[in-house]
Parts: sequence; C-alpha cells; structure tokens
Amino acid sequence: MQKVIIIGAGLAGLSASVTLAEHGISCALISLQNSERAQSVLAEGGINASLNTMGENDTVQNHYEDTLRGGVYLADPNAVQNLTFHAPEIVRWLEKLGVPFNMTDSDIMLRNFGGQKKKRTAYARSSTGKIIMTALIDEVRRYEAGGLIQRYPHHEFIQLLTENQACYGVRIQDAYTGKMTDFKGSVLLCSGGMNGVFPEMTTGTTQNSGDVTATVFRQGVTLGNPEMIQYHPTTIGISGKRCLVTEAARGEGGRLCIMQNQQKYYFMEEKYPELGNLMPRDVVAREMYFIRRKYGGEVFLDMTELSSVTWQKKLSDLRQEIMHYLALDPKTDLIPVREGIHYFMGGIDTDEYHRTNFRNLYAAGECTCQYHGANRLGGNSMLGALYGGRKSAETIIKTAEFLTEENQEVSVSVPEKASPVLIQKISQILLSGLGIVRNQETLLKQLNALEVLANQRTYSFYEQNRLLLAEAMLRSALERRESRGAHYREDYPDKNDNFRKTTIAECDDKNRVRISFRPIPEKRADI
Amino acid sequence: MITLKLEILRRKHPEDVPHWESYDYQTEDETANIAVALTELNQKIENPVRWECSCLQKKCGACAMVIQNRPRLACDTPLKEFSKAGTVRIEPLRKFPVVADLIVDRSILFQNLETMKVWFAEEAKTKGSQMAYEASRCLQCGCCLEICPNFYAGGTFSGMSATLPTARLLTALPESQKKELCRAYRKYIYEGCGKSLACRNVCPAGIEIDKLLVNSNAVAVWKRKLKHET
Ligand SMILES: Cc1cc2nc3c(=O)[nH]c(=O)nc-3n(C[C@H](O)[C@H](O)[C@H](O)COP(=O)(O)OP(=O)(O)OC[C@H]3O[C@@H](n4cnc5c(N)ncnc54)[C@H](O)[C@@H]3O)c2cc1C
Ligand code: SF4
Ligand code: SF4
Ligand code: FES
Repeated sequence: MQKVIIIGAGLAGLSASVTLAEHGISCALISLQNSERAQSVLAEGGINASLNTMGENDTVQNHYEDTLRGGVYLADPNAVQNLTFHAPEIVRWLEKLGVPFNMTDSDIMLRNFGGQKKKRTAYARSSTGKIIMTALIDEVRRYEAGGLIQRYPHHEFIQLLTENQACYGVRIQDAYTGKMTDFKGSVLLCSGGMNGVFPEMTTGTTQNSGDVTATVFRQGVTLGNPEMIQYHPTTIGISGKRCLVTEAARGEGGRLCIMQNQQKYYFMEEKYPELGNLMPRDVVAREMYFIRRKYGGEVFLDMTELSSVTWQKKLSDLRQEIMHYLALDPKTDLIPVREGIHYFMGGIDTDEYHRTNFRNLYAAGECTCQYHGANRLGGNSMLGALYGGRKSAETIIKTAEFLTEENQEVSVSVPEKASPVLIQKISQILLSGLGIVRNQETLLKQLNALEVLANQRTYSFYEQNRLLLAEAMLRSALERRESRGAHYREDYPDKNDNFRKTTIAECDDKNRVRISFRPIPEKRADI
Repeated sequence: MITLKLEILRRKHPEDVPHWESYDYQTEDETANIAVALTELNQKIENPVRWECSCLQKKCGACAMVIQNRPRLACDTPLKEFSKAGTVRIEPLRKFPVVADLIVDRSILFQNLETMKVWFAEEAKTKGSQMAYEASRCLQCGCCLEICPNFYAGGTFSGMSATLPTARLLTALPESQKKELCRAYRKYIYEGCGKSLACRNVCPAGIEIDKLLVNSNAVAVWKRKLKHET
C-alpha cells in the first residue's frame, strides 16, 4: 500500500493526514504524545482569513499584503498568495468539522489582531487552538477507524533514513517499550517549533524539543532564516515557563502602558497612532524593550476598560488564567508583562510546495521556514500549519515516489539524550546572542563561548546536533547585517534590501556549518 | 522557601515491583508546582523519574497523576499545599497499565472513542454552540476515570472522558448518525454512569460536566431538545 510517514500530530500533521486520507492514501502519524498534548492546543487568539463578515470590505489581497508587510518582505510571495487565497476555505472547512467559532448574528465573528488593519481573526473565545484540535482529532479518528490513518503516539523520531539526498524513511523509537523500527516511505516533518532550545523561556511545550530540526539539519537538510525568532510582547512568568497573554487581549481593547509620575503613559498609541497597541509583534516587543530601558520599571497591560460582555463572551478563559497565576484581576488591575520567546519563523527550508532539499522529504507547520518571513502575524500560524499540512499532502500525492517496502524492526542502541545541563548552557548562550536587540560584538562572543563549550568534552548524537543547530542560529544572525522584522541589529539598525534574501544554513558531512543567502522568488500572476 | 519530601512510587518497567522512594526537595519559588519539582529533581538524581508533561500550564492533560491520593495535574498542583505536612506522595494513575514510574498507558481513552464512533460523519451544525465549546475542552487526561466508582478498563462503561466528546456531537446530532450515536451513548455511558458527579470535582479543566450530562441524556435518552443553550 502507498504510505506516507508523518512526524508530528499537531495542526499541521493532522491536516496533512486528513488530506491524504481524503485521497485514499494511508499514512502513519507519529508523535511523542497524543494530539491532545501537542503545542497546537495552546493557541488562543484565533486564525486569520479574509471572510469579510464584519462589513469592513476585507479582501484576500489585504490579507496577502498585510502578511508580506508584517514579515517585512522576506516571505515567498507565491506561497503567501496561496495561503491567503485558501484561508477562507480552511476556516469554512473547520466550521463544517464542528468548530464552534464565536458568531455574529449570522456568521463567523472576526476580531482585530496585530499588524492587520481589518478584523480578520476567527476565534473560539480564547482557546481557539484547543477547540480546533478537538474537531480535527475527531475527523482523524474517522479515517483511523477506516484504516487509512494509523496513529503512533508515544513514538519518537530518531533520524531520517537517507541515501544520496533522498529520504526513504525514518527511524522511530517506541518511548514506552524502547523498540526501534525503521518506517519506510516518504516522510513529512510536522514536528513544531524549536522551543526546547530555550527551556523555560518560551510559551510553548516541553514536547517540542527542537531535536527533529537539529537532527535533520545535521543530516544535511537545509534550514531557512534560523535567526528569525519571535518574541511575543505580552507574556507572564509562571513557575517553569513563560505563559502567553494572547494578543486578543489587545485586539479587544487592551492597552500597553508604563507608569510615569504615577500616570499611565500609553507609549504605543503615542508613537503609532494608526495601529497603536496592535503594531506587528516585533515592533511592540522592541518598543517595550526600549521604553523599559529608558524609564525603568515594568510595562503593564491595561485591560481595565474592557466591558463585562467582552470578558464573559470573548476572553473568559484569559481572565481566569491571569487570576489563577498572578492573583490579579485584569478587570481592575494592571498586568505586568514581558516579552517571551514564542514562535520560530525560521526552520526547515522548503519551497512553496513544501519540498525540502531531499527527495521524498517534505515539511509543514511551525518546523518550517514558510509564510511568515521576518515576523509572523498573530493568527497566521494556525493557518500556516493547517494550510501547509494540506498543501504538503497535495504535493506528496503528486510527486512522491511511493515505496512499498515493509517496516523493519531494528536493534540498535538508543542514542543518549542531550543532558539538561548542556541544554541549559546552550540556551544561555543563545539567549545572550539572540535577544530582541543584537550586535556583532555579542554574537561573536557567544559564538566563541559555543565553540569553547563544543570542545569541552565529547558529546552524544543529540548533543552534537543541538550544538550545530545553535551555531547555525548564531551565525545566521551574525551574517544578516541589517535589521528586519524580529532580527534587530543595533550596529545595522536599518533595513538593507541587499539582504532581502532567505538565510540558508547548511551542515556538511564534516559537521561544518555554512551560511549563504538565497533570493526571494519573484511573484507570479495573481491566482 | 519550601522544603518537602517527595515520596514517589517507582517502577523501572511494567513488571517491576513498585516501591516508594523518598527525595528531599527545596525551592525558593513559592509558586512552584509538582511539575517543576519533578523537572528539577530529575536534573539531580542518577535515575530520573519517568513522567510525561508538555504544556506546563494545565492545558494538555499530559501530567495527570495521583498526588496525595487525588488525581491531579502535576503542573497545577502547588507545592505550598503540602509544605505544612512536609511530605507529598506521588504515584501513577491507577486505572491504567503502568509503563514506568509515573507514566501510564492511557490508550483505552482513545480506544473507547473509536468504539463509540465519536466523529461527525456529515457536516456538523454546531454553529457557535457554547455547549459544543464546553465539551471540546476535555483534555483526555483521565483524572475523571481515576475517581469514578463505575469505570474500570475493559468494562463497558466508557467514563466521563468519552461522555464529553460524545456530548460535542450530540449538540448537533447529525441525522444520519442519530440512531447509532444514541444507542452507543445509552450503552457505553448512560447505563453505566451513577451520576454522582465525583468526576466534576476532580476535572482539572473545570468543565461544566453536570450541564453537559443533563443535556446529553435529554437528547440521547429522553429524545428532547437541548436546554441551557446560550
Ligand atoms: C501559547 C501559544 C499560543 C498561540 N496562539 C496562536 C494563535 O492564537 N493563533 C495562531 O495562529 N497561532 C498561535 N500559536 C502558534 C501555533 O499554535 C503553532 O504555530 C501551531 O499550532 C503549530 O502547529 P504544528 O502542527 O506545526 O506543531 P505542534 O502543534 O507544535 O505539533 C508538533 C508535533 O510534533 C511532535 N514531535 C515533536 N518532536 C518530536 C519527536 N522528536 N518525535 C516525534 N514527534 C515529535 C509533537 O509530539 C507534536 O505532535 C500559539 C502558540 C503558543 C505556544
Ligand atoms: S458521574 Fe459518577 S459514575 Fe458518572 S462518570 Fe462521573 S464519577 Fe463516574
Ligand atoms: S472530563 Fe475533565 S478529568 Fe475527565 S478527561 Fe476530560 S478534562 Fe480530564
Ligand atoms: S503539562 Fe500539560 S497539563 Fe500539565
């Protein structure tokens, strides 16, 4: 039987598996834990589509332009055109699967989100990701019962099986029994963001360790824009992690301020009269960083003017969460917020059809460098994961060489996990080098620190992969001598269009990391 | 400063004889929870305790375990609660087969949903339904099964973790699935559930289980229309 192996069962993996099943193609859906535990269930604020249900004359073209502008023209325009064109279809599909989006009297309600002038974000209160995942999991179950999708939860990606720049399968380990198996077939990576590279410092899950990206990079798969890391402006520190305060809080009227002589100073509104608190995230995070540097003290999110109806119908979950963790009531209290690492615009490099540089190897969702350029707009990543999953499946149907070889149980020793101490050390180096504001001096210093660390002892397979990934991130940030989106260099504070290119990071078979730049594709005619 | 003895029921593998081990733990973080304690403990001890976690903010259900005799999420259980007693007992959920230490195999949760055919076979008409929303929030953590007097693995009764996903479908009750779904609901849920609502008290997601149960019973058993819809 034709077979595809999908690594990851979040929005991207589920969407891909359903698309394949709709075409009668079977797949193995592999993930460390069940879909209910994937990072996708954490998504809160919503998903973008120019449904134009709010009487604002929104169009696909507007969504397309906002996405490209938000990403400071680093995204592939053809890919973004596909994404935004199909967005309304994706949201309507979710509605048919039973996602109870918040509604106006007659249709899906949309809310404001950052970097977009029109209301375009469909949502289910402030638990949109969870509610969408539930519906999608049910849909996958339907095909699972029909035998087309086989789920393998508690299974871990070990490495790709490759030969001459072609992938013919993947080595998987059952985390419960320890059994190792070589799954044969074309492979689609949907393994999520590299959150684990920054333990305790991100809004994401511990499951997204970044090991898949690190390993395939080491195996020769190229990465795009690994320096592009999104800091979300509004997060709160809770025990063990950063907890997100959704952008919907500002979309529904929340305002950022800093205290000056006991007065609230709404610095974003003053500097950016048009979009104010809803400027793209890179801009807001940077302004917060600078305003704190200038005045000291904390930046607060002021939601005290939101109406009771808004709290009840649109943000009830958020209010509960803040009260639970901070013992503050956002209805009456100012909430201290800080920037936190939230999303990875960079990752596995693919073309607009989601092909990687290896034959029979594809990637979709947050693990890829696709759609978001130098900065992702809120609400565009669930869309990117769902659409990317579908698009990659369509590409596989058209182009993959289906292999019919049987899976094979193998007995090899289990590679040792990366030590938590090393992970922390790498994270410290990266946090220093890849902050909201970067410069050559610190980047060189941190590259040096990384080299010292790399020469300290011999490392296991996973540890080496992590070190190489860290090197790729730092070197990419060093080579991009300009400021664009999430990448801000105080020594090169301006955008420089000589760098309107994708950073490509490669690792050769001698484990040498090389950085180069590739031009952005020209835009074809409109769809 | 919180100082605690963590008593953990440990097994290397499913056949291993379980035994309690005790670890001293200290933290200056007054808000720290069991998940943070396990993470830090594992960085210090030779044989790390095996357990599952993911979101660390009570949204994924991965870290469900029995803490001081109650099924709870490790990431939602503050250490402060036990500082007076000075010790806390942590063991795996008891209604599922143990894999190792605090990890249990919860496949039965998902098998039950497949047996009951929990999916929409046709276009769903859940438009904006607040009940469908509430039912969609179930984490599939299994805490409710742990506390339920009527659930055991292998029995016919599927428990609250299957009731809620079914309740999602019942809010829209597709015509083509009506008969089969109602029959499954009666057989796997209604006939087994004692309606004591012990599950409601432990549900870490705070789902309005009682409302959903009343409404699902009304639709699937008494063939009445949904109430409480806002
Ligand atoms: C708190 C939070 C709020 C967000 N809010 C929004 C929002 O409102 N709107 C929006 O558009 N986006 C939002 N996002 C971003 C969005 O949720 C993610 O980008 C998107 O869900 C990613 O989906 P995915 O399928 O690519 O990956 P994930 O959902 O992260 O899934 C990754 C999968 O890969 C598997 N995996 C990982 N490593 C391995 C391994 N080694 N072996 C086997 N399997 C592995 C995991 O088990 C998992 O199944 C938010 C993100 C966070 C963290
Ligand atoms: S109401 Fe009682 S019997 Fe029914 S699922 Fe809950 S605990 Fe079990
Ligand atoms: S009903 Fe509550 S306790 Fe039971 S599985 Fe769902 S979230 Fe967990
Ligand atoms: S880790 Fe997700 S609920 Fe505890």
